Amino acid sequence: MSLTVGIDLGSTYTKAVAVAPDGTILGKVGFPSGYHFDRAAERALGEVLEAGGIPRSRVDYVAVTGYGRYMVPFRDLAITELTCHAWAVSRMYPGVRTVLDIGGQTVKAIRVDARGRIKAFRLNDKCAAGSGAFLEKTVRYLGYQTADIAGLAAAATSPATISSTCAVFAESEVINHLTAGRSAEDVCAGALIALAERAGQVFKRVKPEAEYALSGGLTRIPHMRQALEAAVGGTFHVAADDLGVYAGAIGAATLAQERLRKLVAGAAP
Amino acid sequence: MIVAGVDVGSTQTKAVVMDDHQRILGQALLDTGARLTEVATTAFHRALEAGGCAEGDVAYVVGTGYGRFRVEFGHAQVTEISCHARGAVHLFPKTCSVLDVGGQDTKAIRVGEAGQVLDFCMNDKCSAGTGRFLGAASHALELPLGDLGPLALTARTPVTMTTTCTVFAESEILGWLARGRKTEDVLLGVHIAIAARTLSLLRRVGIEPEITFTGGVARNVAMVKLLEDLTGFPVNVSPASHYCGAIGAALHALDRARAGAAAAAGASRA
Repeated sequence: MSLTVGIDLGSTYTKAVAVAPDGTILGKVGFPSGYHFDRAAERALGEVLEAGGIPRSRVDYVAVTGYGRYMVPFRDLAITELTCHAWAVSRMYPGVRTVLDIGGQTVKAIRVDARGRIKAFRLNDKCAAGSGAFLEKTVRYLGYQTADIAGLAAAATSPATISSTCAVFAESEVINHLTAGRSAEDVCAGALIALAERAGQVFKRVKPEAEYALSGGLTRIPHMRQALEAAVGGTFHVAADDLGVYAGAIGAATLAQERLRKLVAGAAP
Repeated sequence: MIVAGVDVGSTQTKAVVMDDHQRILGQALLDTGARLTEVATTAFHRALEAGGCAEGDVAYVVGTGYGRFRVEFGHAQVTEISCHARGAVHLFPKTCSVLDVGGQDTKAIRVGEAGQVLDFCMNDKCSAGTGRFLGAASHALELPLGDLGPLALTARTPVTMTTTCTVFAESEILGWLARGRKTEDVLLGVHIAIAARTLSLLRRVGIEPEITFTGGVARNVAMVKLLEDLTGFPVNVSPASHYCGAIGAALHALDRARAGAAAAAGASRA
């Protein structure tokens, strides 16, 4: 049995999964990337094998994706995160034609065909507004951490309006809201809505076709889906068990399985 | 007659008290913080104290900057663009182009001989190329803002910053350090990125010497050097550059106080 590992070296978080030939996930791990992607990749491989109880010798293929993919010397294959997200989400939800991946520093809207191949995509490029960084910065101004975002947003009663496009300028707005007596919960929920609106703009630029799915690190925050649905109109599939977070790694590992099958088929006759 | 200009910037608040010979009697500088009216009042009072002036003698106060409508004791508000234009021409009478780089704003202004605004261009939606970009570097490198410029000038092989966004810049800076690049090389790369952004604003209004550099970032020696290299012209800076908006506001206050006095005199004659 050929096992594959997919490692997604994101700008903020590193995710890894080990996958069996039938697509079953044998282990998954995630942690902050830090600044040494080669070390993060090494750690991800070690931890995911441990999580799945898999000896290194049983892994036939390691596919890497994400921002740091070219900094991994032991990779067998490097795949763009667009391809990985499109592939993984299409396999989770065959009816999906548009995937929105919101990560720590990037927003990617991907339109796919019935086979999960990319037809068009749009990125946020130069700006942190609309990415997870916007939210992380905002909660830090509020005196909280990334892990607190979901709880804060859920506890909000009336979200504050954050109009700034820029994650840096939003700081002044956050301060003004707090001095005006608004709660951290309402400000956090307001930032989430602002993020959803920005990400929604990227989404609209790809000329989305139903069905829609959301993937990436922001799927960890339950209110993200709600805010996004309000911003763009329409419903989004969000995978259970944090699998949306791992979509890039899952795509890499399952694409590696495809590659292996082709290699084996090519070598057989 | 005494007038005052109070410039409530996004990051720092500046106040200047001036006499009717356009001489600066006193000035004050404070971090803006969240309470804009309070900081404006405090800065105004400190400038009065520094100049040995009494509040009752002040004929006119103009508020400017991001928080100008919170200068509640002010008689009028004037945009910081008009104030920087006016202040820059006051400091350097041959000024044709003004570049004001503040904490959150960067403005390029083409000015006339009397300090009037002919054209301007500013960053509105994005903090790249503002003082905040240096703030991000200061935070990431754990160095005081004042050390950044001198240290950057010691660099020999600057890194090439690839991110435009201030938020992403912070992680890119840490990424360069993690790859073993020297602090000064990273810093020079950061300064080059800001200078390039500001230059593109300046080009949009047209670069014409003399160029006067104002705002808090004008105190940064590396920025001054880079702007001179990139434009090919010497760049005017003065210790008063940081107060340029407040000085412009005070000059506008003086105009209005005189106009008011003349109108009153006219009315009494009639």
